[in-house]
Amino acid sequence: MNGPQDLGGQMGFGPVAPENNEPLFHAGWEKWAMGMTIAAGAMGQWNIDESRHARESLHPADYYASSYYEIWTKALEVLLKRHGFVQPQELDEGRSLGKGTQPKRVLKAENVAAALAKGGPCDRPVAGEPRFQPGDRIRTHNFNPETHTRLPRYARGKLGVIEAVRGGFVFPDSNAHGKGENPQYVYTVVFTAPEIWGDGADPTLTISIDAWESYLEPA
Amino acid sequence: MPHDHDDHHHDNELDPMAARVRALETILTEKGLIDPQAIDVIVDTYETKVGPRNGAKVVAKAWSDPEYADWLKRDATAAIESLSYTGRQGEHMQAVFNTPDTHNLVVCTLCSCYPWSVLGLPPVWYKSPPYRSKAVIDPRGVLVEFDLFLPDTTRIRVWDSTAELRYLVVPMRPEGSEGLSEEQLARLVTRDSMIGTGLALAPEAA
Repeated sequence: MNGPQDLGGQMGFGPVAPENNEPLFHAGWEKWAMGMTIAAGAMGQWNIDESRHARESLHPADYYASSYYEIWTKALEVLLKRHGFVQPQELDEGRSLGKGTQPKRVLKAENVAAALAKGGPCDRPVAGEPRFQPGDRIRTHNFNPETHTRLPRYARGKLGVIEAVRGGFVFPDSNAHGKGENPQYVYTVVFTAPEIWGDGADPTLTISIDAWESYLEPA
Repeated sequence: MPHDHDDHHHDNELDPMAARVRALETILTEKGLIDPQAIDVIVDTYETKVGPRNGAKVVAKAWSDPEYADWLKRDATAAIESLSYTGRQGEHMQAVFNTPDTHNLVVCTLCSCYPWSVLGLPPVWYKSPPYRSKAVIDPRGVLVEFDLFLPDTTRIRVWDSTAELRYLVVPMRPEGSEGLSEEQLARLVTRDSMIGTGLALAPEAA
């Protein structure tokens, strides 16, 4: 979706302003926002693509006014409500009003190390050969779905070159919406800055994205 | 492990986010959906075990051992796993090597994808709109904000982490670092140098 998350090339946000000796967390609640997001995700009721889509579906004004742990928290509330774990009234009152959906599993302290060490690999076997090989020229798809996609707007309808075939990966555009993993080959695709940004672009700059096969057409 | 609630209770209760997160914590705990002790272990993992020192050791080994560097280039996931750095947001790793001609910079314009297994949790600026918007269109301008001035002739390659591959920049080994041990070299490798917003430190600066 053309949501607030799709930031590449937007302007007006001001300086990057890196903080010297930045602390890992800026408030105690950020630790809980981070930990609860991971722990709730480990219940297995939604996947990382649905999580990302919940974050980018925040109202743009809310998204841009929120720190990233605020975005995580707000999206976590959406996911918990959507999947029936929590009712809006419970969030209003700050207490449980009864049972909701029962999770497939709950992440216990003794299992955290193993769960974090395992992570959530997204590579999957794909039948057939990759459609593209390194060196192939491609044009990226031009589309504007209202649903989740990982092809940023700045890289749509652009000419690029395949640099590497990365293997098969879960397709987020369907997986975010409960429509299956439908794995596809992923490629690293390189663009020149003039192709992406046009007039006045830095000729010494190249930009790459990692693109699923259906984002690409031969050129 | 100390339970972190003390810290939590020190939040100003008038802070709307602190109150909102506390409410969520209460609800999820009452419903048995989260184990508060598990949250502590998750936080402790990223506070004390998984951070940029992991990545620095990978880089120092690559500088010291050409065979390891070659492995890292070909199969970063396996080469990094051999040092016991695995897991969440590091499942599919790629290492990209800076050269005298080309400087690499990593961004996630669409969210906050970051190689947690080797760099830990991302800094705020990495996740925020100024960096995410500007890195792909004006990387030189971004680098200036980090006091990094590259020659005009240096090519810049920006890697937008749009899929599940996570990128680790291997900075160039600094001059004057000959003869240093891997442990000494690792101290020269900053977090920012592994994102591409910095260079490795000179030995006298470390």
